[in-house]
Amino acid sequence: MATAKASGPVLAALVRAGFRRFATYRQATVAGAFTNTVFGFVRCYVLLSLADAGGRVAGYDRAQLATFVFAGQGMIAVVNFWGPADFAERVRTGDIAADLLRPLDLMVGYLAADLGRACHAMLTRFVVPVLAGVLAFDFYLPEHAWTYPLYAVSLLLAVLVCGVCRYLVNLTAFWLLDIRGPRQVWVLASTVGCGLAFPLPLLPDAVAAALWLATPFPALMQAPLDVLVERGGTGHALVLIAGQLAWLAIVTGLARLVQRHALRRLVIQGG
Amino acid sequence: MVVAQVRGQTQYRASFVIDLVGSALFSLTDVLAVFVMFSVNGSLGGFGGREVLLMVGIAACAFPVADLAVGNVERLPFYVRTGLFDTVLVRPLSSLGQLLAMDFAPRRFGRAGQGVVIYLIALVAAPVDWHAWTAILAVLAPLAGAVFFGSLIVAGATVAFWWVESGEIAFAFTYGGKDFATYPVTVFGGFFRRFFAYGLGFAFVAYLPALAMLGRPDPLGVPAWLHWCSPLTALLAAALAGLFWRTGVRHYRSTGS
Repeated sequence: MATAKASGPVLAALVRAGFRRFATYRQATVAGAFTNTVFGFVRCYVLLSLADAGGRVAGYDRAQLATFVFAGQGMIAVVNFWGPADFAERVRTGDIAADLLRPLDLMVGYLAADLGRACHAMLTRFVVPVLAGVLAFDFYLPEHAWTYPLYAVSLLLAVLVCGVCRYLVNLTAFWLLDIRGPRQVWVLASTVGCGLAFPLPLLPDAVAAALWLATPFPALMQAPLDVLVERGGTGHALVLIAGQLAWLAIVTGLARLVQRHALRRLVIQGG
Repeated sequence: MVVAQVRGQTQYRASFVIDLVGSALFSLTDVLAVFVMFSVNGSLGGFGGREVLLMVGIAACAFPVADLAVGNVERLPFYVRTGLFDTVLVRPLSSLGQLLAMDFAPRRFGRAGQGVVIYLIALVAAPVDWHAWTAILAVLAPLAGAVFFGSLIVAGATVAFWWVESGEIAFAFTYGGKDFATYPVTVFGGFFRRFFAYGLGFAFVAYLPALAMLGRPDPLGVPAWLHWCSPLTALLAAALAGLFWRTGVRHYRSTGS
């Protein structure tokens, strides 16, 4: 097994390939962006109806809620919770052996291609729902200019944490071959725990705190969105980003460990 | 064909149980989301908890039943793209009927069963104005909703005869419509409400029948007799979907290979 240090040009080529692969599915991109936007309308109206009584919901004002919902709908495809299990499929069919011959670490290759996909989604799937939100609702734009780069960093971290988590789910294929079970658990837990189904501050404080501290899910969506709507100010945004970094370190360490065991197991099986 | 599918898919017991449980948990998250929204200030769009539960119950019953019955028609793009639809047309049976039977997915029973349980709880808990007509509506409303969603799923899939990669667009109206129907129409506003509630008819799935059963007038002024019309709109939707399907089949030109 070769694990040579990945060089810059190789990684850049992988990112470009990931981008171009998704740029070919033009009709699917249009359809997906449209669907995300329609769901944005449903979610936004439901949340706004809660605000009518006091003008605010769980610390968000109406404009912040609209931004939260539509930026969140745009981020679904960027962060990509529900990505296909193509890596696990390669393990099942044995194509993974060819991947292992390449002078590039498996996980680095997976993440580089995923980053290219995320860039494509950012330029297409993110823009459409956000534009619809701006046109149809009173939309909150960040007060401070530095919120934009902070949001970009936070979004990048979300993409990486989600990529590593998905990779971990795919790694279970080395033991299970069919990953439908772990994948369903992951999709369910991440949808509810990340703030997509409802903003986490709507939950009782203890439940929300447990989600923030014990799971990586809020780092996937709730954290970048809170940075974007400037909930709690710049100081809070920096804390959120530090939390995302910590989660990236944790899940990456875990993924390295699991990958080492997985590959050892594969060698035994194939040898 | 359906029996063969059920027998085939239940052979792999572990995966079948995982699918069954997974599909049931999924709709539980929908109900959880409504519950969390509701818990914020104890009402949704001017309706109390037990009234909202009735709407949730009808929608939670109607959609999975429709999905169980006709959900596999969503695989139509695959048949059109590969040209497998030819084999369906050659057989002397209804093309839609065959498609539904070929990929029948018994795992969807998990979701449907759970929807029925939620609806039964809602019927007991909600302050329903019980008499003969509401009793009939209590039975017909989820069935009409299922027919309505089923027509929508078929119509959405039919688009694939013209536009193969349209898959996700239909989700906006099927799954999006299910989410819309779960909440009181009063929650929504503007053009979006008019279009989804009355243009597409989602108000007839759960909101209007629930008002009829509760004996409440519509805060938005829809006349009371319309509250009872959901079975009629369901039949209308089914007729339109059938017509659209037949047009689609006639338009089908195979892959040419």
